[in-house]
Amino acid sequence: MIKQPILEMINIKKSFPGVKALKGVNLRAYSGEVMALLGENGAGKSTLMKILSGVYKKDEGSIKINGKEVEIQGIKHAEELGVSIIHQELSLLSNLTIYENLFLGHEITSSMFKLNKNEMIKRTEELLKKFDFNISPKTLVKELTVGEMQMIEIIKATSKNSKIIVMDEPTTALTDVETKKLFEIIRQLKEQGVAIIYISHRMEEIYEICDRVTVLRDGEFIGEELLSNVDKEKLISMMVGRKLEEQFPYRKANLGDIALEVNNVCMGKKLKDISFKLRKGEILGIAGLMGSGRTELAKLIFGEYKKTGGEIFVEGKKVEIRSPKDAIESGIAYLSEDRKKEGLVLNLTVLHNMSLANLKRYEGRGFRINKEMELRDCEEYTKKLSIKTSSPYQIIKNLSGGNQQKVILAKWLLNSPNILIIDEPTRGIDVGAKKEIYELLNELKAQGKAIMMISSDMEEILGISDRIIVMHEGKISGELTREEANQETIMKYAVGITN
Amino acid sequence: MSNIKAFVIKFKSLIGLIALCVIISIITPRFLNINNILNVLTQVSVNAIIAIGMSFVILTGGIDLSVGSILAISGAVAASIYIKTHSLFLALAVSIIIGALIGLINGALVSRGKIQPFIVTLATMTIFRGVTYVYTNGTPISGLLGKFSFIGNAKIIGIPFPVIITAIVFVITWYLINETRYGRYVYALGGNEDSARLSGINTEKIKTTVYLISGIAAAISGIIVTSRIGSASPNAGSGYELDAIAAVVLGGTSLSGGEGSITGTIIGAMIIGVLNNGLNLMNVSPFYQSIVKGLVILLAVLLDKKNKK
Repeated sequence: MIKQPILEMINIKKSFPGVKALKGVNLRAYSGEVMALLGENGAGKSTLMKILSGVYKKDEGSIKINGKEVEIQGIKHAEELGVSIIHQELSLLSNLTIYENLFLGHEITSSMFKLNKNEMIKRTEELLKKFDFNISPKTLVKELTVGEMQMIEIIKATSKNSKIIVMDEPTTALTDVETKKLFEIIRQLKEQGVAIIYISHRMEEIYEICDRVTVLRDGEFIGEELLSNVDKEKLISMMVGRKLEEQFPYRKANLGDIALEVNNVCMGKKLKDISFKLRKGEILGIAGLMGSGRTELAKLIFGEYKKTGGEIFVEGKKVEIRSPKDAIESGIAYLSEDRKKEGLVLNLTVLHNMSLANLKRYEGRGFRINKEMELRDCEEYTKKLSIKTSSPYQIIKNLSGGNQQKVILAKWLLNSPNILIIDEPTRGIDVGAKKEIYELLNELKAQGKAIMMISSDMEEILGISDRIIVMHEGKISGELTREEANQETIMKYAVGITN
Repeated sequence: MSNIKAFVIKFKSLIGLIALCVIISIITPRFLNINNILNVLTQVSVNAIIAIGMSFVILTGGIDLSVGSILAISGAVAASIYIKTHSLFLALAVSIIIGALIGLINGALVSRGKIQPFIVTLATMTIFRGVTYVYTNGTPISGLLGKFSFIGNAKIIGIPFPVIITAIVFVITWYLINETRYGRYVYALGGNEDSARLSGINTEKIKTTVYLISGIAAAISGIIVTSRIGSASPNAGSGYELDAIAAVVLGGTSLSGGEGSITGTIIGAMIIGVLNNGLNLMNVSPFYQSIVKGLVILLAVLLDKKNKK
């Protein structure tokens, strides 16, 4: 007998200005089963989930829950329909207690609007016990570990009698023990007949806990399969749609002089005794886990943070960089890992974002900006980097992530820097645009720029770096040539195993 | 259809002003009299100049509550120096320098001291009101005649001098905000301070200077007020900060920074001025005028919110 899905999303389409995020996607979820939702960054997973949870409205397509067509009006409505999402960024209020968080929005009151705290605490205790979670309901959420917070989120979802629970990369911040516990809970939920949609990049997990898989790529629906019918390789090729070598076009480096030399640089407890050299025409990959000090190192070189010791040389000359302004004047550019918070001014136009770091060049008589020249440069780089925008006067928040990143790249290239520090160059960018960014980096390398690329994407680090430095707890724990490097060695250095 | 909508949204403040003028001139024909119009413009000048300065501050996401007190102290200093020395130049120069200095203090406390603008300027507002009382002994400085009264009362080819000053201030600031690097930096800082700093902008400097501009603007207004009345009152300018903020908001500038324009602010100041004048002509009691003004501000902001959705 064919199982009837509890949730059916059929032919869902959604566009944002300048980008088609979903081009007709299907997703089903079945009671008592876990459906893996798989796809690269930018494949459309989060957009689809935001439609399911009522954050976005779909442009086209139909959503059926229990066979009944529904039109999801908003977040609250989605909850009423039995849909809960556990986000990557947790949505608990850290200054409140566990029970206050669990009953937030539907507190139990006795007479005269007085909160019935005892009842809430009692019920919370029962819920916690059900999940074998030994902790007081009166604990403040900020005292919990990320893993524990995740548990509370899940308990919160089940306490609302959700029939469909979406988990967005739930294990990224969990320890192995916590992950095991999470899987136990998922199994319990399955027995209770809950349908789970599980978003993750970790293949082992997917094979361990999921029953079926739906694959998306570039906003398109690639297929739904029973996991017992597909192997890992098949899944990867469904996801990527091409082979790894094609995704990472590598060009051999033509090394020049030393562009940047960092000697014994320290910053409090965050960075300890960092020394390395970066040559012209080289892409130096900086690998490491979150919190290993990679971004701090980048920002220190760029003058955003102050060093507490050590020396920095740019093209053989010792420099004292006290602010990003100094760094720019020394020919350094820095592309932040957080485009929206530290790269763009979202409410300004493409044109004004692109010229922001170079306005001095356009200054003419009477301090007047030469707007013709500014526009000409913008158009030139829009073409050069094939930035897709309806006009230079488009507000930048309406562009897709890939195009925003290219605008930032253009902004810095206009400055003609010699040293580029790029933090997570392709985070949140769709597959096609990723490849374009890699090709741009290769071209810059060929022009003799020195590039320092920080990335958490292992394939990216392996795919386009000429040399790799691995960081662990504020120190350089290893250095590898392109030939020596592979996922296992990098991981070993990243977690601090050295022999 | 969408073109019309875009047009309406772009020129919403101007359309509001025109609509207001049309309504008032239908109710009371005395409104469209040339003398009345010049009168409105003169009355608007003081608020318009303060509001222009305030726009710079608000565009960076800040606020300046101290403008009323700056107005009072600069007016008092200008008056006392003029009475003692009869040098108009000295009176104006010192008065404007004092406005600029107080602005610098505000700016330094906000940018270097990293204290919230609301708190900083609330404190300096109180301090410099007190300083004005001390300086004037709590009594108005009067007896201002001659060249000094020219500034607030003279007309050049029929145009009141305060209106001309406002026009000059507007042109200079418009150029600064729209044509120069400085203006871009103000918008960028208001839109996203981190991105601005990481683009090599000296954000501390920009933050400091917007309060400097606001201080100078308030001082200029102080000189005009003092000259028009012919005396400097220690109470002058109380509550003017609210009219200025209202003008900025009515002009479509976002209080969270990064969005808005100087042109909008001028229109916003005109809306308030025209409304005041219209209600006066209609013999509406000042008590009711205040209620109407408040309601108009709320209505404008509500309409704006709806448009943005």
